[in-house]
Amino acid sequence: MSTAESTAEMIGLELVRAPESPKEFKGKVAPDWCVGCGDFGVLNALQRALFELGLKPHEILCVSGIGCSSNLPGYLNAYGMHTLHGRSLPVATGAKLGNHKLNVIATGGDGDGYGIGGNHLMHTARRNIDITYLVMNNQIYGLTTGQISPTSRPGMKTKSTPEGNLEYPINPITSAIMNGATYVARGYSADPKHLTELIKKAIEHKGFSLIDVFSPCVTFNLDNDFAFFKPRIRKLEDEGHDPTDWKAACEKAMAWGDEIYIGLFHENDRPSLDSLEMVLDEGTPLARRPLGLSKEQGEKLISRMM
Amino acid sequence: MSVNGLDFSIAIGGAAGQGIATPGNILARMFGRRGLHLYAYNAYQSIIRGGHILLTLRVRDQEVLSHGDAIDLLLCLNQDTMDRHLGILGPGSRVLYNSDKVEPGEPPDGVVLCPMPVAELAGDSKNKLIQNTISLGVMMSLMGVDFSVLEEALELLFKRKGDAVVEENVTKARGGYDHAAANFEPFSVPLPEGPKPLAMWTGNSALAMGGAAAGVKFYAAYPMSPSTGVLHWMAQHAHELGIMVRQVEDEIGVALMTIGAAHTGCRAMCATSGGGFALMTEAIGAAAMMEIPAVFITVMRAGPSTGVPTKTEQGDLWQVLGASQGDFERFIVAPKNALDAYNTVAELFNLADRAQCPGIIISDLLISEGTYSVDPDVIEIQPEIDRGDLLLDPSPNGNYLRYADTESGISPRVPPGIEGFVHVVATDEHDQDGVIISDEFTHPHKRRRSVEKRARKFQGVAADCPPPTLEGPEDAEVTLVGWGSTYGVIREAIEILAEQGLVANQFAIKWIVPFHAEVVEEVLSSAKRVLIVENTHSGQFARYLRSETGFSAHGHIRKYDGEPFAPHHVVEGVLDLLKKSEAAVHVPYQEIIV
Repeated sequence: MSTAESTAEMIGLELVRAPESPKEFKGKVAPDWCVGCGDFGVLNALQRALFELGLKPHEILCVSGIGCSSNLPGYLNAYGMHTLHGRSLPVATGAKLGNHKLNVIATGGDGDGYGIGGNHLMHTARRNIDITYLVMNNQIYGLTTGQISPTSRPGMKTKSTPEGNLEYPINPITSAIMNGATYVARGYSADPKHLTELIKKAIEHKGFSLIDVFSPCVTFNLDNDFAFFKPRIRKLEDEGHDPTDWKAACEKAMAWGDEIYIGLFHENDRPSLDSLEMVLDEGTPLARRPLGLSKEQGEKLISRMM
Repeated sequence: MSVNGLDFSIAIGGAAGQGIATPGNILARMFGRRGLHLYAYNAYQSIIRGGHILLTLRVRDQEVLSHGDAIDLLLCLNQDTMDRHLGILGPGSRVLYNSDKVEPGEPPDGVVLCPMPVAELAGDSKNKLIQNTISLGVMMSLMGVDFSVLEEALELLFKRKGDAVVEENVTKARGGYDHAAANFEPFSVPLPEGPKPLAMWTGNSALAMGGAAAGVKFYAAYPMSPSTGVLHWMAQHAHELGIMVRQVEDEIGVALMTIGAAHTGCRAMCATSGGGFALMTEAIGAAAMMEIPAVFITVMRAGPSTGVPTKTEQGDLWQVLGASQGDFERFIVAPKNALDAYNTVAELFNLADRAQCPGIIISDLLISEGTYSVDPDVIEIQPEIDRGDLLLDPSPNGNYLRYADTESGISPRVPPGIEGFVHVVATDEHDQDGVIISDEFTHPHKRRRSVEKRARKFQGVAADCPPPTLEGPEDAEVTLVGWGSTYGVIREAIEILAEQGLVANQFAIKWIVPFHAEVVEEVLSSAKRVLIVENTHSGQFARYLRSETGFSAHGHIRKYDGEPFAPHHVVEGVLDLLKKSEAAVHVPYQEIIV
């Protein structure tokens, strides 16, 4: 059974026409990103992945934080929540637990996810809830007009670091693996076909998936632009990398020089939170269950108070 | 124990780790089964071992409104308790202590010392907490309660630990009982029995159970005293009642997970205390902006900052009023006791669902950690549930406007997963269709329409919140105003003042927002003398009252030492302030040092 059929059946709806092209996943308005922004490639890859998986817009909830890339849900024909800076993951987690039949996708940038929201990433990874997290990593704060981000390289000169960045960047891949994420990948927005495949697999993966995507900012980060990445990008699948080998994955993820790897670094089948949670065993999403206590439940509670 | 109506207080003092909770629970349950009303206040410290704890259980044959003014029976589990509290006891009270280890000191006139030779009574028992069991036996004898009542309670409590443990506890309790019968004079009137058994709950368990009854399906929290009891109740009942309970990495995550679950259509709730609530504030504004109903509970403790985690205060009022940036609508309600807390949860969920906005409950340590008796028949197991305009049926239509600018301001809400209503909600300002109007499409007219729509929907629903009412004689000499947990102690102080010939009434505020300013102003401006009773130094409530109504009170009774008001604190404050010609502040002296 495809993801689409199973989801629709579980929500209790009859199957209707699935979108006939990725274009049907376009939102009400067109993106207002700068011309040439890496985020276009990510949005296109996501729309294509959703189309190729045969999903329907109402079966998807896309949750973002704040920042240029966090505007994405507005450009996607799916249920969306454009929440607070750094907070997409707890909102997405609550939504997934409230209705675990939804395909929940969180999106945002590196400042949003690795900076202000970094604590949530650590805990969402170890929780291993079945959501897919797409981080458009441009190694800069764009919407605030160009300051260092947690993934900016040492020495980088920005408006907040005129003498150069003194801090060491976070490595999202090794961090996610160390914290227990069960699907950890890196994509490149200029390779949408490759990214589409990563997103499809991430959505199908039962557990927390992080895809860190190099999505260059053409306005504020001229150090890590398309010209920087193009000659350096290597694909893990071309190297015969074994995603079950987390140590090798970490070694590959640390590479940052002439060779920078994209692809699926690590995957394992540790059960997801929602699959372990007994309260969801009944099957019906919490949000669709009858409210309140039965007389018997109430009487039992009161008898324990006597 | 007075002949005219039962009013009897037991205090058990000791160090953390000495097992005060167990005899406390046995006594509370026993009183409840006997049909006696109870309120228990545990004065404790933020420490796991050592320090000083004083648990006060007050029993009456009518509703117990506060922990009271007197101790009739003090059990000293250590020397410290004896040293601290012997001096405040009054005539006729009894003091139990282990005469092997505790020196009694010089008792005040009329205080009866009841030394227990614990080593002799314990015999060969290796149980370090056996003095608690022996003491229970002694107390039963002093109160004139048949030993079988205690025997039954001990069997119930210890049966899980096996027959030997039951046997030992019953035997040693019997030893204490017999020793007391032979050596101590019991209270003149034996403990009576009430008409029907009563149940026991804490304010926190009432809040949690109120959530379950209101249909909460998702509960999240980060442990923080004094709100943790809600988490414990929820976690304990999660599987049985089908409630998702999550302990989250911080209160930011707690609030936002709650909002995420609420958006899917669950009734979702979370609880914390002031520090955690500070972290939740941005999320509360997000819920208001996205129009997602959820309930946030904050249980006040003494602040600022970490403050005194195990002590009570009402100092978070302005924090709650100011929670989250911007100008937005939310309900804020302060229940007055455990039963009111229980009922308030469903009431607030209905209002929040109808107005599609956040609702905040302010409790405090006094309510949340206090143990109250409750008539099981008044607990409404199936309160009315009104989800407002929540649509769950798929539609092929496709022209859905999440934030439709309706006459009422209420836009029908459809959670994700429903076919035909796909939309995006945003914390950015947005148009009727959810498209954000904060960047490319910024438009002052649309912004104004959105602001007015949200205000309109709230005002419409808020009109259904009941205004406060004056309780007591209308032509009173003094009107006492309080909010939240001070309700009970003020009511009791008014009874005492009446006995002294002074007529007072109470105007208790439960709804902070909406405040019903017109009603409040009308009532207070026709009162003879208005005194505000609150647990803050700066008079947060007095300032709020003034800001909403322009009304300034004639005097203030304020307590901010961490311990709650006892009735006589309020009585003395009233009598003191009546002597003043200008508005003054009376600060009661806390006699019991814990």
